[in-house]
Formats: sequence, C-alpha cells, structure tokens
Amino acid sequence: MDFDWMKIPYAFLTVFIVVNYGFLMGALIQKIGARAGRRHGIPIWQYYLDVIKNYGLRSSITHGVMFYLGPVFRLSGGVGLLLFMPVIYGSYMFSNFSFAGDLILALYFVFFGTLGMALGAGESGHPHAAIGVTRGLQQVSMAELPFAMAVFSVALQYQTLSMTDIVAAQQGGLANWTLFTNPIAVAAAMLAFLGSMMRPPFDVFIAPQEIPIGPPTEYHSSYLALMQTNRAIFPVAKIVIYMNLFFGGAGSWPELFVKVFFLYLFSAFVGVCFPRFRVEQSVRFFLVWGVPLGILSIMVV
Amino acid sequence: MMTKPELMKRMVKGPDGLEFEVDPLRDYYCEAPPTVMPGAYIQIVEDFFNWARSQSLWILGFGTGCGAIEMRPLMTPRFDAYRFGVAWRPTPRQANLFIISGYLSTKTLKRAIRAYEQMQNPKYVIGLGSCTINGGMYWDSYNTIKKLDEYLPVDLYIAGCMPRPEALLAGFEEMKKIIRAGKAEGANQYAENFAWYKANQKRVIHDWDMPDYNW
Repeated sequence: MDFDWMKIPYAFLTVFIVVNYGFLMGALIQKIGARAGRRHGIPIWQYYLDVIKNYGLRSSITHGVMFYLGPVFRLSGGVGLLLFMPVIYGSYMFSNFSFAGDLILALYFVFFGTLGMALGAGESGHPHAAIGVTRGLQQVSMAELPFAMAVFSVALQYQTLSMTDIVAAQQGGLANWTLFTNPIAVAAAMLAFLGSMMRPPFDVFIAPQEIPIGPPTEYHSSYLALMQTNRAIFPVAKIVIYMNLFFGGAGSWPELFVKVFFLYLFSAFVGVCFPRFRVEQSVRFFLVWGVPLGILSIMVV
Repeated sequence: MMTKPELMKRMVKGPDGLEFEVDPLRDYYCEAPPTVMPGAYIQIVEDFFNWARSQSLWILGFGTGCGAIEMRPLMTPRFDAYRFGVAWRPTPRQANLFIISGYLSTKTLKRAIRAYEQMQNPKYVIGLGSCTINGGMYWDSYNTIKKLDEYLPVDLYIAGCMPRPEALLAGFEEMKKIIRAGKAEGANQYAENFAWYKANQKRVIHDWDMPDYNW
C-alpha cells in the first residue's frame, strides 16, 4: 500500500474546518435552545472566547498523569474519529485516512474518549467526578447497544465494512438512502444518537444542576479548554458517521454543513421538548425501545 | 485548631491488612502557598487574553446571602445575562468570578475562602450589596464580617440593599472594563499579601480546621 504524504496537510485542513464549524454550530444550537426558553442566548462567537480564556488562564493544577491524559484521550477520540472517516464523499482531499474496515474503528473511537475521561476523572479523586463518570459510562454503553446493532444491520445490508462503500451504495437519489432502505436500523440508531449527544433528556450525568457537572468537576484551565475543543469536534465527527451510514453522506462541504446541522438540531429539538431522564430510566429506555429495534433491524436484513 | 478527630494524625488499616499512618492535613491537601503569577511576557498577548477573559465571565454558583436571589433572575428571559458572555459554573475550578452576594457569616466565610482559593488565577471577586462594604444592616451583628476587603481581594462593589439585577448587569460591564484595563489582579494581590489576609481570616474564624491554603 502506498501512502500519499499530501494527505496529512489535507487531514489537518479537515480538522481545522470542523473545529470552526463545531464552535459556531454549537453556539447556534445553544442560541436556538435559548430561543425555546425565550432568551437571546450566548453570542455566536462565545465558544471561541471561552476557549481562549481557558487556554489563557495562568495557573493549573494536576492530580497525576492520568489527569493530564484524560482530556488528551478525549480529544484524540474526536480527532481520531474524524481522521479515519471519509468526510466528503468522492473527494480526494477530504477522504482522510479511511480504509476498508474503518467502520469498526469508528465504533471503537466513539467510545474511546469516554474511557479516557473515566480514567482521568477517576484520578482527580473528586467523588462527584467518579460518580458522574460511572453514570455516564453506564448510559453511553447502553446507548451504544442499539447503535452497534444498527451498524451491524447496515454492514449486513451493504455487505461491507467500509464507509466509503456504504456511502457509494446510497448515491443516486433520496430513495437510496439507508433512511429509506433500512428505516428500522435508522430508528434504532437515532435513539442511540440522542443518548450520546450529551443533551437532554440524556445528559443527567453532566448536568450542572445534578451532581455538579459530573466527570469534568476537577478540570479547569487548559484541560477544560482541550475538552471544549473536543466538544466542537466530537459531535460533528459523530454526526458525520451517522450521515455517512444513514443519510447518504455528503458530496461537498455545504452539503455536509446542512446535514450535520439538521441532525444536531434533531437532538436539540428533542432536548428542549423533554425533561431529563435519570440514568436508570434512560438505561431502561434503551433496553425497551432501542435494543428490540436494533435486533429487529438485523433480522429484517 | 486541630481538634477534630478526622483531621488528626492516625494509624489506618488498609484492606490488605497493612497498617499505615495518615496525616490528613498533609496527605489530603497541598499546603503550598499561592505565588504571584505574572501575565504573558508580551503585552499585546496579555491584552488579548484580558479581552477574552472579560468576554467570558464564569461565575461560581455560590450564593452567600440574600443577594443570591438577585442573581437567579439573570439566567431568566427577563435579564438573560448569557447575552453578555456571563455564565454560571457549578465548580470553583472552572469559575473565575466569585460574587459574594450579600452578608457573609463567619461560618460561610470559611467556605468562601476555600472556594476562592480553589479558583484558578486570574480570578475576580465582586461584593454585592452594602453588607460586603461596611456590614450594612448587619453592622453590629456578632457573626457576620463587615468589610469583605479584609478577607478576600475585592475588584468591584455593587452598592445597594439589595441591588436589582440591572445593577448586577451594570456591574458586569464595569468588571469587564477593569479586566480589559489589566487592573483585575486580585489573585496576585492575594498572593502578595497572603500573611495579612490569613491573619484577618483567622481572627474571625475560630475553628480553623483546614490547611492555610487549599491549592
């Protein structure tokens, strides 16, 4: 296999675009959520300022090596996810390092950051962090089940584990999207999507009003800034997976921006309409609604 | 001081049967005193950071007196402080603005000091209401502090009893000006005059059962 070195700067370009898009879209969604509460909400550039401020804080303290590595793992989870996917279908510049089995790697990377966070938050020694991360892991693992099943279903349907091939199979019109060829799998995956977007009703483990803020309780200054950067990258990376698997991928950046925005909006929309679940309620929700749908989708295929 | 049993040096038996000594104040806390932290070496970088800091004020969600009730409306549609880059954080690690909202009893002062010391440099303090300036209506109370400035470095006072949320919003705008001008160096002031602040704090807090500096 020959490696093209030019792909590396192109991959950096992808990350750069996605970071900026993530910041702006995150703030826009926040504003839309605020409008639902009849507020104006934060300025659209607020996330940039928060990140600059946090990088600019003069002091920071550490609780050990894993405490350092927690945010680093989290960020590498987001960036890794992004780099091993074909972000723009058919584009040489933005196909990044995708390869034949990238779907499996993506499934792993979705979980990677959460695990790193668990180790880092555990080392901070704060009881809120430990409880928060336990509850978070519980819920994310549960949400992952329907998603994994939906992914198997899609892999069976198209007989491939390559995302590029899956996107290619969905080209040529709306009716070819997985959304219409395998709606049950998409339904299961969208439930899982809600569960892992860290928005209500599934965000009790990081909610400031509950156990104060959960896993990142002890994180501050540049640690927190790293995690905020990841909060811009990771949702976009994850939505790009969903877009590639279920919604026909994107042939250009504008198409990607629009699709990602509407997918993100879906979770925000559900979030402003429904109150929070407790963790055991959300686990039950995924077991009762998500998992049977996932099994059904595999059986139908 | 040092009378509480959970803070005394003691032998503990671990789950594997091994006995070891625990000195809570030394093992569970870091007692290193605060140091003065200069800003960025290049002035323009520091100005840039100060500008970002002024536009992103994260308030510690800690209400001490009746003024706490004046902060809540700021989150609601009527006042909506988020428009001005003001947000609330539930943990002192992430917050950089501490609003002492009204009278401060000596019992709460202890918690306020711990919370303040856990915040990261640069950090700002706003005294809300007359009670933080001269004791206000609690001027002759036996267990509230009268001048907040003697215990924590205050950057800005908002006078009134109680100031309305609009006054707080105006106060945030003033605070932003102070930060942008590079004059909000309370954390360094605290580090420079650490002995003086500690002496003042210990004069009113009689059951001092924590290390002198909580990181």
